[in-house]
Amino acid sequence: MREIEASAVTEAITDLFIQANYELTDDVISALKLARQQEESPAGREALDKILENASIAGEERVPLCQDCGTALVFIELGQDAHITGGDLYQAVNEGVRRAYVEGYLRKSMVEKPFSERTNTQDNTPAVIHTTVVPGNRLRIIALPKGAGSENMTRLGMLTPASGRQGVIDFVVKAVEEAGANPCPPGIIGVGIGGTAERTLLLAKQALLRKVGEPSLDSETSNLEKDILDKVNRLGIGPMGYGGRITALAVHIETSPAHIGSMPVAVSLQCHSARHREITL
Amino acid sequence: MTKEITLPLTKEVIKDLRAGDSLSLSGVLYVVRDAAHKRIVAALDKGEPLPFELKGETIYYMGPSPAPPGKIIGAAGPTTSGRMDPFTPRLLAEGLKGMIGKGSRSEEVMEAIKKYGAVYLGAIGGGGALLSRKITKAEVIVYEELGPEAVLRIEVKDFSVTVINDSYGGDLYVEGKKKYRIEN
Repeated sequence: MREIEASAVTEAITDLFIQANYELTDDVISALKLARQQEESPAGREALDKILENASIAGEERVPLCQDCGTALVFIELGQDAHITGGDLYQAVNEGVRRAYVEGYLRKSMVEKPFSERTNTQDNTPAVIHTTVVPGNRLRIIALPKGAGSENMTRLGMLTPASGRQGVIDFVVKAVEEAGANPCPPGIIGVGIGGTAERTLLLAKQALLRKVGEPSLDSETSNLEKDILDKVNRLGIGPMGYGGRITALAVHIETSPAHIGSMPVAVSLQCHSARHREITL
Repeated sequence: MTKEITLPLTKEVIKDLRAGDSLSLSGVLYVVRDAAHKRIVAALDKGEPLPFELKGETIYYMGPSPAPPGKIIGAAGPTTSGRMDPFTPRLLAEGLKGMIGKGSRSEEVMEAIKKYGAVYLGAIGGGGALLSRKITKAEVIVYEELGPEAVLRIEVKDFSVTVINDSYGGDLYVEGKKKYRIEN
């Protein structure tokens, strides 16, 4: 049994959310630069120039990339032979979020009583935490600050098995087309296929955690990723919806076995400010 | 070519604007988003005075991140405008002339933009750090308790926007997409 201090979790979470909100990772920058090269529309090119300039200013001047510093999404993979000491794991995570958002000058966007008073919690807690238990004695933490603009465009479809591959393509392309300019394109299209309703939504979101454009390890799935990206980039929506060739930087698909009577499909859209950071303790 | 515009927007300026135009704005904007829209429309319903004069002004749909020490404001990019749609025709009827945000508007809002001779402008979503540099002054004028949703009066200089919906029914989101769409 390996011991991991709760305070180390708090510190890691604080650093991850601050870093994610101020600096894009190299894979995102490269994907945006490639999009800039490929884009044919002048308005789309100008939007991509501004997006890249924004990333340099955020890093240099220590201003967050986007004022929507997101819901604090935290993915935890806890090794079954690791033991958290000196405190409660989820309290440690929330303390880390509190410190990041208060000390890091990040916007606090969480409200209590969502359908009535909508009172701001003042520290961006509670985090939304997804935990899986895995073999080993390590603790992997991924921080994903996710803005509302893209999150609000999430779609779940309880497709029938008869819909098949084409049904998936049509559903995802329709979701992207209906979202239009709202989720701040060009971003990443996360897709979950299979499982149950809630499983497929989680898969779609987990798909966003890959490096931009890293294909699925399964060739059948990676071919579907390519076909959907091609279709999406024929829509003409373009950067910021101003018209253009690059509506998405990548399509990432995660799959899971499904019931004989079901084929759930979920689409989770990530804006161009694809911010996530991870650490393994 | 970018048009230099000094705020507030006048009738003549609005008549000249077409979907797709690039503008550089300088002058005063009012920052108002979800919760404050609800309060403003409630005040209008009750016949109460408004926290600021709407006539002829431009609203920026935005909720900034906190200003770090030594800075005027934090990241300050646009939020999704569609959430304000239920309130917007009412504000346009009261004389609001311009709106800045990102994302598409409802049929009702687009009709009201035409009817009242207004304009909807898009700023770069996710461009919060870049846009914060264009803000030269920022003060909370009302609803401070709403935190990031408080109403601000800001002054901007060379603030880049693109015309999305003009006063003639033009829509950049529709026209741009049509131009670059590849039918299978």
